[in-house]
Amino acid sequence: MLCQNCGKYEATTHVKRIINGESAEAHLCSDCAKALGYNDVFGGFGNTFGDLLGSFFGEPQVGAISSRTIHCEKCGNTFNDIVNSGKIGCADCYTTFYDKLLPSLQRIHGKTRHEGKNPTIIKTEVTNSQNPIEELEEQLRIAINEQNFEKAAQLRDKINELKEGQK
Amino acid sequence: MSNRWYLGVGEQSDIVVSTRIRLARNLNEYPFPNKLNTKSRTALNNIIKDAVEMDNKFDLRFVEMKSLARFEAASMAERHIISPEFASDHDGRALMISKDEDICIMLNEEDHIRIQIMKSGFALDEAYEVADEIDDLLGSKLEYAFDERIGYLTQCPTNLGTGMRASVMLHLPALTMNGQIHKLINTISKLGLTFRGAFGEGTKATGDMYQLSNQITLGISEEFAIKNLKAITLQLCANERAAREELLKSIDTEDAIFRAFGTLKWARLLSTQELMDNLSLVRLGSVAGKISVPIETLNELMISMQPASINVLAQQKLEEKERDTIRATKVRNRLS
Ligand SMILES: [Zn+2]
Ligand SMILES: [Zn+2]
Repeated sequence: MLCQNCGKYEATTHVKRIINGESAEAHLCSDCAKALGYNDVFGGFGNTFGDLLGSFFGEPQVGAISSRTIHCEKCGNTFNDIVNSGKIGCADCYTTFYDKLLPSLQRIHGKTRHEGKNPTIIKTEVTNSQNPIEELEEQLRIAINEQNFEKAAQLRDKINELKEGQK
Repeated sequence: MSNRWYLGVGEQSDIVVSTRIRLARNLNEYPFPNKLNTKSRTALNNIIKDAVEMDNKFDLRFVEMKSLARFEAASMAERHIISPEFASDHDGRALMISKDEDICIMLNEEDHIRIQIMKSGFALDEAYEVADEIDDLLGSKLEYAFDERIGYLTQCPTNLGTGMRASVMLHLPALTMNGQIHKLINTISKLGLTFRGAFGEGTKATGDMYQLSNQITLGISEEFAIKNLKAITLQLCANERAAREELLKSIDTEDAIFRAFGTLKWARLLSTQELMDNLSLVRLGSVAGKISVPIETLNELMISMQPASINVLAQQKLEEKERDTIRATKVRNRLS
Protein backbone atom coordinates (compact mmCIF):
# COMPACT_ATOMS: atom_id res chain seq x y z
CA MET A 1 0.00 0.00 0.00
CA LEU A 2 1.26 3.46 -0.90
CA CYS A 3 1.54 6.33 1.57
CA GLN A 4 -1.67 8.34 1.72
CA ASN A 5 0.20 11.56 2.29
CA CYS A 6 2.75 11.61 -0.53
CA GLY A 7 1.53 8.69 -2.64
CA LYS A 8 5.14 7.85 -3.48
CA TYR A 9 6.47 5.35 -0.99
CA GLU A 10 5.29 2.18 0.65
CA ALA A 11 3.20 2.87 3.78
CA THR A 12 4.79 1.37 6.89
CA THR A 13 3.05 3.29 9.67
CA HIS A 14 -0.65 2.77 10.26
CA VAL A 15 -2.33 5.24 12.54
CA LYS A 16 -5.87 5.17 13.87
CA ARG A 17 -7.54 8.55 13.88
CA ILE A 18 -10.94 10.09 14.14
CA ILE A 19 -11.61 11.81 10.83
CA ASN A 20 -14.92 13.45 10.09
CA GLY A 21 -16.50 11.88 13.12
CA GLU A 22 -15.50 8.35 12.29
CA SER A 23 -12.51 6.25 13.01
CA ALA A 24 -10.20 5.87 10.07
CA GLU A 25 -6.76 4.51 9.55
CA ALA A 26 -4.02 6.62 8.02
CA HIS A 27 -1.31 4.76 6.11
CA LEU A 28 1.97 6.62 5.94
CA CYS A 29 5.48 6.06 4.67
CA SER A 30 8.22 6.47 7.25
CA ASP A 31 9.22 9.94 5.98
CA CYS A 32 5.68 11.31 6.11
CA ALA A 33 5.08 9.60 9.45
CA LYS A 34 8.11 11.41 10.76
CA ALA A 35 7.05 14.74 9.26
CA LEU A 36 3.62 14.35 10.85
CA GLY A 37 5.06 13.46 14.25
CA TYR A 38 4.31 9.74 14.12
CA ASN A 39 7.93 8.70 13.98
CA ASP A 40 7.62 7.33 17.46
CA VAL A 41 6.30 3.81 17.37
CA PHE A 42 3.64 4.36 19.96
CA GLY A 43 2.02 7.24 18.10
CA GLY A 44 -0.28 8.79 20.64
CA PHE A 45 0.06 5.65 22.72
CA GLY A 46 -0.27 2.52 20.74
CA ASN A 47 -1.29 3.39 17.22
CA THR A 48 1.05 1.47 15.04
CA PHE A 49 1.42 -2.01 13.76
CA GLY A 50 3.96 -4.73 13.62
CA ASP A 51 5.94 -4.00 10.50
CA LEU A 52 7.41 -0.81 11.86
CA LEU A 53 8.03 -2.31 15.27
CA GLY A 54 9.38 -5.45 13.67
CA SER A 55 12.19 -3.34 12.28
CA PHE A 56 13.16 -2.48 15.85
CA PHE A 57 13.74 -6.12 16.65
CA GLY A 58 15.74 -6.94 13.57
CA GLU A 59 14.91 -9.50 10.92
CA PRO A 60 13.05 -12.68 11.83
CA GLN A 61 15.41 -15.61 12.12
CA VAL A 62 14.62 -18.34 9.66
CA GLY A 63 15.47 -22.04 9.59
CA ALA A 64 18.66 -23.18 11.32
CA ILE A 65 17.78 -23.03 14.99
CA SER A 66 14.05 -23.73 14.58
CA SER A 67 14.32 -27.24 16.05
CA ARG A 68 15.08 -25.80 19.45
CA THR A 69 12.93 -22.68 19.31
CA ILE A 70 12.19 -21.23 22.70
CA HIS A 71 8.56 -20.49 23.55
CA CYS A 72 7.29 -18.20 26.27
CA GLU A 73 5.73 -20.61 28.74
CA LYS A 74 2.81 -18.36 29.55
CA CYS A 75 1.60 -17.11 26.16
CA GLY A 76 3.40 -19.46 23.76
CA ASN A 77 5.15 -16.71 21.80
CA THR A 78 8.45 -17.38 20.11
CA PHE A 79 10.82 -14.51 19.52
CA ASN A 80 9.87 -14.62 15.83
CA ASP A 81 6.20 -14.22 16.79
CA ILE A 82 7.13 -11.02 18.56
CA VAL A 83 9.18 -9.75 15.62
CA ASN A 84 6.42 -10.59 13.15
CA SER A 85 3.56 -9.12 15.15
CA GLY A 86 5.53 -6.29 16.73
CA LYS A 87 3.74 -7.11 19.95
CA ILE A 88 4.97 -8.60 23.19
CA GLY A 89 2.55 -11.30 24.36
CA CYS A 90 2.82 -11.15 28.13
CA ALA A 91 4.98 -10.13 31.08
CA ASP A 92 6.89 -13.44 30.93
CA CYS A 93 7.99 -12.77 27.33
CA TYR A 94 10.18 -10.02 28.73
CA THR A 95 11.93 -12.49 31.03
CA THR A 96 12.13 -15.27 28.46
CA PHE A 97 13.54 -13.05 25.69
CA TYR A 98 15.23 -10.46 27.88
CA ASP A 99 18.66 -10.71 26.25
CA LYS A 100 17.24 -10.63 22.75
CA LEU A 101 15.06 -7.62 23.52
CA LEU A 102 17.75 -5.59 25.21
CA PRO A 103 19.38 -4.19 22.03
CA SER A 104 15.96 -3.01 20.81
CA LEU A 105 15.26 -1.32 24.12
CA GLN A 106 18.59 0.42 23.85
CA ARG A 107 17.69 1.60 20.34
CA ILE A 108 14.20 2.81 21.31
CA HIS A 109 14.98 4.50 24.62
CA GLY A 110 18.73 4.99 24.64
CA LYS A 111 18.75 3.29 28.03
CA THR A 112 17.89 -0.13 29.41
CA ARG A 113 17.54 0.44 33.13
CA HIS A 114 14.27 1.59 34.70
CA GLU A 115 14.20 4.80 36.73
CA GLY A 116 11.19 6.05 38.60
CA LYS A 117 8.15 4.59 40.24
CA ASN A 118 8.30 1.12 41.70
CA PRO A 119 5.13 -0.72 42.67
CA THR A 120 6.76 -3.33 44.91
CA ILE A 121 7.11 -0.85 47.73
CA ILE A 122 3.40 -0.31 47.85
CA LYS A 123 2.73 -3.98 47.42
CA THR A 124 4.78 -5.08 50.40
CA GLU A 125 3.27 -2.39 52.55
CA VAL A 126 -0.15 -3.74 51.84
CA THR A 127 0.48 -7.46 51.79
CA ASN A 128 2.97 -7.86 54.63
CA SER A 129 0.33 -7.58 57.24
CA GLN A 130 -3.21 -8.74 57.10
CA ASN A 131 -4.34 -6.32 59.74
CA PRO A 132 -3.84 -2.67 58.79
CA ILE A 133 -3.90 -1.65 62.44
CA GLU A 134 -1.06 -4.02 63.30
CA GLU A 135 0.86 -2.65 60.35
CA LEU A 136 0.35 0.92 61.52
CA GLU A 137 1.28 0.03 65.09
CA GLU A 138 4.52 -1.41 63.80
CA GLN A 139 5.20 1.82 61.90
CA LEU A 140 4.33 3.74 65.06
CA ARG A 141 6.92 1.79 67.05
CA ILE A 142 9.54 2.58 64.42
CA ALA A 143 8.59 6.25 64.35
CA ILE A 144 8.86 6.51 68.12
CA ASN A 145 12.23 4.72 68.10
CA GLU A 146 13.42 7.19 65.52
CA GLN A 147 12.02 10.00 67.65
CA ASN A 148 9.96 11.11 64.66
CA PHE A 149 7.15 12.39 66.85
CA GLU A 150 5.28 14.28 64.20
CA LYS A 151 4.88 11.10 62.18
CA ALA A 152 4.09 9.15 65.32
CA ALA A 153 1.27 11.52 66.17
CA GLN A 154 -0.17 11.16 62.69
CA LEU A 155 0.03 7.38 62.90
CA ARG A 156 -1.61 7.34 66.30
CA ASP A 157 -4.51 9.40 64.97
CA LYS A 158 -4.87 7.02 62.06
CA ILE A 159 -4.85 3.97 64.34
CA ASN A 160 -7.47 5.50 66.60
CA GLU A 161 -9.56 6.35 63.58
CA LEU A 162 -9.38 2.76 62.33
CA LYS A 163 -10.14 1.33 65.78
CA GLU A 164 -13.06 3.69 66.05
CA GLY A 165 -14.35 2.44 62.70
CA GLN A 166 -14.18 -1.18 63.83
CA LYS A 167 -16.45 -0.71 66.80
CA MET B 1 -18.14 24.09 38.56
CA SER B 2 -17.52 21.43 36.00
CA ASN B 3 -14.05 19.96 35.71
CA ARG B 4 -14.45 19.11 32.05
CA TRP B 5 -11.16 20.17 30.63
CA TYR B 6 -12.60 22.05 27.66
CA LEU B 7 -14.98 24.07 29.83
CA GLY B 8 -12.30 25.56 32.02
CA VAL B 9 -9.15 27.58 31.72
CA GLY B 10 -5.92 26.99 33.57
CA GLU B 11 -2.35 28.20 33.76
CA GLN B 12 -0.76 29.59 30.58
CA SER B 13 -4.15 29.27 28.92
CA ASP B 14 -3.27 31.83 26.25
CA ILE B 15 -1.24 28.99 24.73
CA VAL B 16 -1.61 25.79 26.72
CA VAL B 17 -5.11 24.45 26.10
CA SER B 18 -4.89 21.28 28.13
CA THR B 19 -2.68 18.79 29.92
CA ARG B 20 -2.89 15.03 29.81
CA ILE B 21 -1.15 12.23 31.69
CA ARG B 22 -1.47 8.60 30.68
CA LEU B 23 -0.10 5.61 32.58
CA ALA B 24 0.08 2.18 30.97
CA ARG B 25 -0.24 -0.80 33.31
CA ASN B 26 -0.75 -4.54 32.92
CA LEU B 27 -1.64 -7.31 35.31
CA ASN B 28 1.12 -9.81 35.85
CA GLU B 29 -1.12 -12.84 35.74
CA TYR B 30 -2.70 -12.35 32.33
CA PRO B 31 -1.28 -12.16 28.80
CA PHE B 32 -1.52 -8.73 27.19
CA PRO B 33 -4.80 -7.84 25.41
CA ASN B 34 -3.49 -8.91 21.98
CA LYS B 35 -3.36 -12.48 23.34
CA LEU B 36 -6.80 -12.40 24.97
CA ASN B 37 -10.14 -13.29 23.39
CA THR B 38 -13.30 -11.28 24.02
CA LYS B 39 -14.36 -13.52 26.89
CA SER B 40 -11.06 -13.20 28.76
CA ARG B 41 -10.98 -9.48 28.14
CA THR B 42 -14.45 -9.11 29.54
CA ALA B 43 -13.48 -11.16 32.61
CA LEU B 44 -10.42 -8.96 33.06
CA ASN B 45 -12.53 -5.82 32.78
CA ASN B 46 -14.61 -7.06 35.67
CA ILE B 47 -11.57 -7.87 37.81
CA ILE B 48 -10.27 -4.34 37.36
CA LYS B 49 -13.72 -2.86 37.84
CA ASP B 50 -14.08 -4.70 41.16
CA ALA B 51 -10.67 -3.46 42.28
CA VAL B 52 -11.60 0.13 41.46
CA GLU B 53 -14.99 -0.13 43.09
CA MET B 54 -13.57 -1.49 46.35
CA ASP B 55 -12.46 2.03 47.11
CA ASN B 56 -14.18 4.19 44.51
CA LYS B 57 -12.93 7.48 45.84
CA PHE B 58 -13.18 9.15 42.45
CA ASP B 59 -16.68 7.88 41.77
CA LEU B 60 -15.80 6.26 38.46
CA ARG B 61 -18.55 4.82 36.32
CA PHE B 62 -18.03 1.55 34.42
CA VAL B 63 -18.98 1.60 30.74
CA GLU B 64 -18.66 -1.26 28.28
CA MET B 65 -17.63 0.08 24.91
CA LYS B 66 -20.12 -2.15 23.11
CA SER B 67 -22.90 -0.27 24.90
CA LEU B 68 -21.96 2.94 23.10
CA ALA B 69 -22.96 3.95 19.57
CA ARG B 70 -20.04 4.36 17.18
CA PHE B 71 -20.49 8.13 17.09
CA GLU B 72 -20.53 8.28 20.89
CA ALA B 73 -17.17 6.54 21.05
CA ALA B 74 -15.80 8.75 18.27
CA SER B 75 -17.06 11.83 20.12
CA MET B 76 -15.15 10.75 23.23
CA ALA B 77 -12.02 10.53 21.11
CA GLU B 78 -12.76 14.02 19.74
CA ARG B 79 -12.94 15.21 23.34
CA HIS B 80 -9.53 13.55 23.83
CA ILE B 81 -10.95 11.41 26.63
CA ILE B 82 -10.09 8.12 24.92
CA SER B 83 -7.61 7.32 22.18
CA PRO B 84 -8.75 7.03 18.55
CA GLU B 85 -7.40 3.48 18.67
CA PHE B 86 -9.67 2.69 21.63
CA ALA B 87 -12.71 4.22 19.88
CA SER B 88 -12.08 2.20 16.72
CA ASP B 89 -12.72 -1.23 18.18
CA HIS B 90 -15.28 -2.07 20.88
CA ASP B 91 -14.42 -5.71 21.29
CA GLY B 92 -13.92 -6.67 24.94
CA ARG B 93 -13.13 -3.10 25.89
CA ALA B 94 -14.51 -1.00 28.71
CA LEU B 95 -13.74 2.19 30.51
CA MET B 96 -14.13 3.69 33.94
CA ILE B 97 -14.84 7.38 33.82
CA SER B 98 -15.47 10.22 36.26
CA LYS B 99 -18.51 12.44 36.00
CA ASP B 100 -16.47 15.34 34.63
CA GLU B 101 -14.50 13.08 32.29
CA ASP B 102 -11.23 14.32 33.79
CA ILE B 103 -10.37 10.77 34.87
CA CYS B 104 -10.73 7.90 32.46
CA ILE B 105 -9.33 4.40 32.75
CA MET B 106 -9.31 2.55 29.44
CA LEU B 107 -9.50 -1.20 29.90
CA ASN B 108 -8.02 -3.52 27.29
CA GLU B 109 -6.73 -0.83 25.00
CA GLU B 110 -3.23 -1.86 23.94
CA ASP B 111 -2.50 -2.59 27.60
CA HIS B 112 -4.85 -3.92 30.28
CA ILE B 113 -5.02 -0.57 32.01
CA ARG B 114 -4.50 2.95 30.73
CA ILE B 115 -5.10 5.58 33.35
CA GLN B 116 -5.73 9.00 31.81
CA ILE B 117 -6.06 12.37 33.49
CA MET B 118 -7.08 15.50 31.55
CA LYS B 119 -6.86 19.04 32.90
CA SER B 120 -7.44 22.49 31.47
CA GLY B 121 -4.35 24.59 30.85
CA PHE B 122 -0.84 23.79 32.03
CA ALA B 123 -1.19 21.42 34.98
CA LEU B 124 1.31 18.60 34.64
CA ASP B 125 2.05 18.18 38.35
CA GLU B 126 -1.61 18.26 39.33
CA ALA B 127 -2.54 15.75 36.62
CA TYR B 128 0.31 13.43 37.54
CA GLU B 129 -0.64 13.57 41.21
CA VAL B 130 -4.12 12.24 40.43
CA ALA B 131 -2.79 9.59 38.04
CA ASP B 132 -0.27 8.51 40.67
CA GLU B 133 -2.94 8.21 43.34
CA ILE B 134 -5.20 6.09 41.14
CA ASP B 135 -2.21 4.00 40.15
CA ASP B 136 -1.35 3.39 43.83
CA LEU B 137 -4.94 2.49 44.53
CA LEU B 138 -5.06 -0.07 41.72
CA GLY B 139 -1.53 -1.29 42.44
CA SER B 140 -2.46 -2.03 46.03
CA LYS B 141 -5.23 -4.37 44.91
CA LEU B 142 -3.87 -5.85 41.69
CA GLU B 143 -0.47 -7.30 40.94
CA TYR B 144 1.09 -5.27 38.17
CA ALA B 145 3.47 -6.66 35.56
CA PHE B 146 6.75 -5.10 36.63
CA ASP B 147 10.41 -5.96 36.31
CA GLU B 148 12.96 -4.20 38.49
CA ARG B 149 15.32 -3.85 35.55
CA ILE B 150 12.94 -2.50 32.90
CA GLY B 151 10.03 -1.17 34.93
CA TYR B 152 6.34 -1.50 34.13
CA LEU B 153 5.88 -4.06 31.38
CA THR B 154 3.79 -3.04 28.40
CA GLN B 155 2.66 -4.68 25.19
CA CYS B 156 4.69 -2.24 23.13
CA PRO B 157 8.30 -1.84 24.30
CA THR B 158 8.15 1.86 23.48
CA ASN B 159 6.04 2.37 26.62
CA LEU B 160 8.22 0.26 28.88
CA GLY B 161 9.67 1.71 32.09
CA THR B 162 7.45 4.34 33.64
CA GLY B 163 4.66 3.65 31.14
CA MET B 164 3.98 7.35 31.35
CA ARG B 165 3.00 9.64 28.52
CA ALA B 166 2.69 13.26 29.59
CA SER B 167 1.44 15.77 27.06
CA VAL B 168 0.22 19.29 26.58
CA MET B 169 -1.99 20.69 23.84
CA LEU B 170 -0.61 23.97 22.56
CA HIS B 171 -2.16 26.68 20.42
CA LEU B 172 0.66 28.01 18.25
CA PRO B 173 -0.84 30.22 15.51
CA ALA B 174 2.01 32.73 15.35
CA LEU B 175 4.82 30.18 15.12
CA THR B 176 2.77 28.41 12.45
CA MET B 177 2.19 31.60 10.45
CA ASN B 178 5.80 32.74 10.52
CA GLY B 179 7.00 29.25 9.62
CA GLN B 180 9.29 28.79 12.63
CA ILE B 181 7.29 25.75 13.68
CA HIS B 182 9.03 23.39 11.25
CA LYS B 183 12.42 24.12 12.69
CA LEU B 184 11.07 23.75 16.22
CA ILE B 185 9.48 20.39 15.44
CA ASN B 186 12.85 19.17 14.21
CA THR B 187 14.76 20.44 17.21
CA ILE B 188 12.26 19.12 19.71
CA SER B 189 12.16 15.62 18.25
CA LYS B 190 15.89 15.46 18.96
CA LEU B 191 15.22 16.20 22.63
CA GLY B 192 13.25 13.01 23.19
CA LEU B 193 9.85 14.62 22.74
CA THR B 194 7.13 14.16 20.14
CA PHE B 195 5.46 17.15 18.57
CA ARG B 196 2.55 16.93 16.17
CA GLY B 197 -0.91 18.17 15.20
CA ALA B 198 -3.54 17.53 17.87
CA PHE B 199 -6.49 17.31 15.48
CA GLY B 200 -7.38 16.01 12.07
CA GLU B 201 -5.08 14.76 9.37
CA GLY B 202 -2.56 15.95 6.82
CA THR B 203 0.63 17.89 7.20
CA LYS B 204 -0.87 20.97 8.81
CA ALA B 205 -1.95 20.99 12.43
CA THR B 206 -5.67 21.78 12.21
CA GLY B 207 -6.55 24.95 14.10
CA ASP B 208 -2.83 25.44 14.86
CA MET B 209 -3.26 23.00 17.73
CA TYR B 210 -0.24 20.86 18.57
CA GLN B 211 0.40 18.03 20.96
CA LEU B 212 3.75 17.89 22.72
CA SER B 213 4.61 14.68 24.63
CA ASN B 214 7.52 12.85 26.15
CA GLN B 215 8.75 10.05 23.93
CA ILE B 216 11.16 8.12 26.11
CA THR B 217 9.86 6.11 29.05
CA LEU B 218 12.75 3.86 30.02
CA GLY B 219 15.65 5.16 32.09
CA ILE B 220 13.96 8.46 32.84
CA SER B 221 11.84 8.97 35.96
CA GLU B 222 8.33 10.41 35.86
CA GLU B 223 9.54 13.46 37.71
CA PHE B 224 12.36 14.11 35.28
CA ALA B 225 10.23 13.50 32.19
CA ILE B 226 7.65 15.98 33.46
CA LYS B 227 10.31 18.53 34.36
CA ASN B 228 11.75 18.22 30.87
CA LEU B 229 8.34 18.58 29.21
CA LYS B 230 7.58 21.60 31.38
CA ALA B 231 10.79 23.38 30.49
CA ILE B 232 10.29 22.87 26.76
CA THR B 233 6.63 23.89 26.95
CA LEU B 234 7.56 27.14 28.68
CA GLN B 235 10.24 27.78 26.10
CA LEU B 236 7.73 27.25 23.30
CA CYS B 237 5.27 29.56 25.06
CA ALA B 238 7.91 32.26 25.19
CA ASN B 239 8.66 31.80 21.48
CA GLU B 240 4.99 31.91 20.61
CA ARG B 241 4.35 35.06 22.65
CA ALA B 242 7.24 36.85 20.98
CA ALA B 243 5.99 35.77 17.55
CA ARG B 244 2.47 36.93 18.41
CA GLU B 245 3.68 40.33 19.47
CA GLU B 246 5.43 40.77 16.17
CA LEU B 247 2.48 39.48 14.17
CA LEU B 248 -0.09 41.62 15.96
CA LYS B 249 1.69 44.80 14.92
CA SER B 250 0.37 44.26 11.43
CA ILE B 251 -3.07 45.44 10.30
CA ASP B 252 -3.24 42.31 8.14
CA THR B 253 -3.32 40.14 11.23
CA GLU B 254 -5.96 42.27 12.87
CA ASP B 255 -8.02 42.14 9.68
CA ALA B 256 -7.70 38.35 9.52
CA ILE B 257 -8.81 38.03 13.15
CA PHE B 258 -11.96 40.10 12.62
CA ARG B 259 -12.81 38.43 9.33
CA ALA B 260 -12.58 35.08 11.11
CA PHE B 261 -14.83 36.39 13.87
CA GLY B 262 -17.28 37.61 11.21
CA THR B 263 -17.37 34.20 9.56
CA LEU B 264 -18.09 32.41 12.83
CA LYS B 265 -20.78 34.95 13.70
CA TRP B 266 -22.57 34.98 10.36
CA ALA B 267 -21.93 31.80 8.39
CA ARG B 268 -24.88 29.54 7.67
CA LEU B 269 -22.70 26.55 6.83
CA LEU B 270 -19.53 25.81 8.72
CA SER B 271 -17.25 22.87 8.03
CA THR B 272 -14.98 21.48 10.76
CA GLN B 273 -11.93 22.81 8.93
CA GLU B 274 -13.43 26.31 8.69
CA LEU B 275 -14.42 26.20 12.33
CA MET B 276 -10.91 25.26 13.38
CA ASP B 277 -9.16 27.78 11.12
CA ASN B 278 -11.36 30.65 12.25
CA LEU B 279 -11.35 29.66 15.91
CA SER B 280 -7.57 29.78 15.83
CA LEU B 281 -7.57 33.42 14.71
CA VAL B 282 -10.38 34.40 17.09
CA ARG B 283 -8.52 32.72 19.96
CA LEU B 284 -5.47 34.76 19.05
CA GLY B 285 -7.65 37.91 19.03
CA SER B 286 -9.28 37.00 22.33
CA VAL B 287 -5.95 36.51 24.09
CA ALA B 288 -4.68 39.80 22.66
CA GLY B 289 -7.74 41.57 24.04
CA LYS B 290 -9.12 42.45 20.61
CA ILE B 291 -12.17 40.23 20.81
CA SER B 292 -14.15 39.91 24.00
CA VAL B 293 -15.07 36.24 23.81
CA PRO B 294 -13.64 34.22 26.70
CA ILE B 295 -11.15 31.49 25.86
CA GLU B 296 -13.26 28.84 27.58
CA THR B 297 -16.09 29.52 25.11
CA LEU B 298 -13.68 29.03 22.23
CA ASN B 299 -12.25 25.82 23.74
CA GLU B 300 -15.76 24.53 24.25
CA LEU B 301 -16.74 25.25 20.63
CA MET B 302 -13.56 23.67 19.32
CA ILE B 303 -14.35 20.41 21.11
CA SER B 304 -18.14 20.25 21.12
CA MET B 305 -18.53 21.14 17.43
CA GLN B 306 -16.42 18.27 16.09
CA PRO B 307 -18.34 15.98 13.68
CA ALA B 308 -19.07 12.98 15.92
CA SER B 309 -19.97 15.27 18.81
CA ILE B 310 -22.62 16.92 16.63
CA ASN B 311 -23.93 13.45 15.78
CA VAL B 312 -24.19 12.86 19.52
CA LEU B 313 -26.18 16.07 19.95
CA ALA B 314 -28.56 14.91 17.24
CA GLN B 315 -28.41 11.31 18.51
CA GLN B 316 -27.95 10.06 14.96
CA LYS B 317 -25.36 9.92 12.25
CA LEU B 318 -25.99 13.04 10.14
CA GLU B 319 -24.90 13.93 6.63
CA GLU B 320 -22.00 16.33 6.43
CA LYS B 321 -24.14 19.22 5.19
CA GLU B 322 -26.62 18.73 8.03
CA ARG B 323 -23.73 18.85 10.47
CA ASP B 324 -22.32 21.98 8.86
CA THR B 325 -25.72 23.68 9.25
CA ILE B 326 -26.04 22.70 12.90
CA ARG B 327 -22.45 23.75 13.56
CA ALA B 328 -23.01 27.19 12.00
CA THR B 329 -26.21 27.73 13.98
CA LYS B 330 -24.73 26.66 17.32
CA VAL B 331 -21.57 28.71 16.86
CA ARG B 332 -23.55 31.76 15.73
CA ASN B 333 -25.82 31.56 18.76
CA ARG B 334 -22.93 31.09 21.11
CA LEU B 335 -21.00 34.10 19.79
CA SER B 336 -23.81 36.61 19.42
ZN1 LIG C 1 4.72 9.49 2.31
ZN1 LIG D 1 4.69 -14.46 26.77
